[in-house]
Amino acid sequence: MSPLLTVENLRIELTTRDGVAPVIDDLSLSLNAGETLSFVGESGCGKSMTALALMGLLPEKIGRVAAGKIIFDGEDITHASPARLREIRGNDISMIFQEPMTSLNPVFSVGEQIAEAIRAHQNLPRKAAWNKAVELLDAVRIPNPKGRAGDYPFQMSGGQRQRAMIAMALACEPKLLIADEPTTALDVTVQAQIFDLLTDLQKQSGAAIILITHDMGAVAEMARDVIVMYAGRKAEYGPVDAIIEHPRHPYTQGLISCVPHIVSDMTEERHDLVEVPGIVPSLKDFGRDECLFASRCQHRTEECMSKRPVEKHFDNNQIADCWHAEEL
Amino acid sequence: MAHPTRHCLSYKGAMRVNFLLTTSKRVFYAILLLIAVLVLNFSLIHLAPGDVADTISQSMGGADQELLDQIRADYGLDQPFMVQLGRYIGGVLSFDLGYSFFYNMPVTQLIMERLPATLLLVLTAQLLALIIGVLLGVVSARKPNGITSHFVTFLALFGYSAPVFWTGILLLIGFSLKIQLFPVAGMRDVTIDGGFFVQAQDIFMHLMLPMITLASVFLALYSRLSRATMMEVLGSDYVRTAKAKGLTQSQVVYKHALKNALSPVITLAGLQFSAVISGAVLVETVFSWPGLGTLAFQSIIARDTPTILGILFFSALVVIVGNLLTDVALRAVDPRLRGRG
Repeated sequence: MSPLLTVENLRIELTTRDGVAPVIDDLSLSLNAGETLSFVGESGCGKSMTALALMGLLPEKIGRVAAGKIIFDGEDITHASPARLREIRGNDISMIFQEPMTSLNPVFSVGEQIAEAIRAHQNLPRKAAWNKAVELLDAVRIPNPKGRAGDYPFQMSGGQRQRAMIAMALACEPKLLIADEPTTALDVTVQAQIFDLLTDLQKQSGAAIILITHDMGAVAEMARDVIVMYAGRKAEYGPVDAIIEHPRHPYTQGLISCVPHIVSDMTEERHDLVEVPGIVPSLKDFGRDECLFASRCQHRTEECMSKRPVEKHFDNNQIADCWHAEEL
Repeated sequence: MAHPTRHCLSYKGAMRVNFLLTTSKRVFYAILLLIAVLVLNFSLIHLAPGDVADTISQSMGGADQELLDQIRADYGLDQPFMVQLGRYIGGVLSFDLGYSFFYNMPVTQLIMERLPATLLLVLTAQLLALIIGVLLGVVSARKPNGITSHFVTFLALFGYSAPVFWTGILLLIGFSLKIQLFPVAGMRDVTIDGGFFVQAQDIFMHLMLPMITLASVFLALYSRLSRATMMEVLGSDYVRTAKAKGLTQSQVVYKHALKNALSPVITLAGLQFSAVISGAVLVETVFSWPGLGTLAFQSIIARDTPTILGILFFSALVVIVGNLLTDVALRAVDPRLRGRG
């Protein structure tokens, strides 16, 4: 079976005041129907840009796909026309955004906004689309969906709004759902509920999910594969279990050691929490031929400073872009 | 929870009752405000030296003290201030704004004859400025460096810095004298006789230049504001969501973005209502438009106190009604305002 989504050597460039910066540099991945792939990394390392590129929604005139292919369902969508992209968006690929508080339009009712997504892709009369919107609100477990469909976003809590966003994204039964930090703005108990909901809905609908997050805990629970991104480049890619058990890239090691409950049970003696020192380099340094993590890395050698690391493949399908991956 | 539909209905019903309550509260406040305006106007005019009796005697070529006293007694001017004020307010509440000796008719009747012309001018100018201004703002927001955008910037600068009477005179020279497209002055052509449509067309032709002149100032304001808010809204998260649903460009811009960008423009338009009316005084004078503006101008020259007071009262009334309508419009556009006091 050929994968639902294949990305080959994708390069996305942003035009900034300091010149052109590759915010995604040589990214490849593949995702099968019904599976979950997770992107992790700090803010500003290109996770959301990847999502926007998949949607064909890169910021106009600023961002562009400079090289590579995004093959979705056998079709290279980097060359698709705007009209074709509109057909795909919200229908075959849909997206849940980070900020439920601002991602819904404040002046239209929630039901109307869901029904609109249905009407954009299916030739349904208004009434039927509305009824389907009510069913969707029920499916995302909003109580009294019939009454709440007429509510405006400001009448709902953050968790309810994110549920409504999920209902909207699932309205046309997409093959691929991109969730861009869907729980970042929510409190912890609601986060767990939203992840449960996504898992259940995935089982029912068979949609593939790309989960963008910086929460390694969520990755461990939700995803089969994970891509660790750093400064627009892939740091490590492979099955979640393998990577958590033995991260081969110092950045991944740093990320994992930031999460207490993955490395030790709560009852055990607790380890000190480690932080990854330093910050992500600025956009203008993204294109350099060196390891961009080197300045923050304790395993740094001459090689790291002078040449971009090459992919190192391991037997368990793990790939790490680090000169010292074998030793780590 | 057992009766979801009933729950929903009662909730919506509560919203409606709330809406009626707040509206009637606002109307009540508006009436209080009007009375305050009345008292203030009357007191201010009273503070000015000289009264109606002086003006009447002047126009008769002078009068002795006995005649002056006689006139003052006739007009009730010999009474104490509070009594005069009370009588005036009582009169206004029964739609009697006094009698204009200059025009020789009741002020109410005088104003009612002139009011439609002013309302026609003010409302059409406001509407024209709003529609064209918002359209220009939207188009230029979509292409912030395009030709339309530069045109809007220029138009805004011109409209805001050029005095209305000057714009009016320029338009008159251009489109009434050089190119004889529109009539020079007035509201109707007395030589034209005909059915409703012929007359409506005649009034429309007369209306064009004054309307464009008055609209030019506010067009500039509205286009600048809607350009700015539209650019902000187009960059917002919910516009991105709308795009992610696969909606077309025009659905995204004219449905999702525009409805959000309208609120500040409506607010500004409501605030500008009084400015539009005072602008109308100048425009009406330039084009001899037979409205309240020319009447105000003439009665100030003639020191026709009852008429001036009457016009001030009606301007206040129009502004207050305008503000109420703004409120209703804002509630229609933005559901977050509904159900708030």
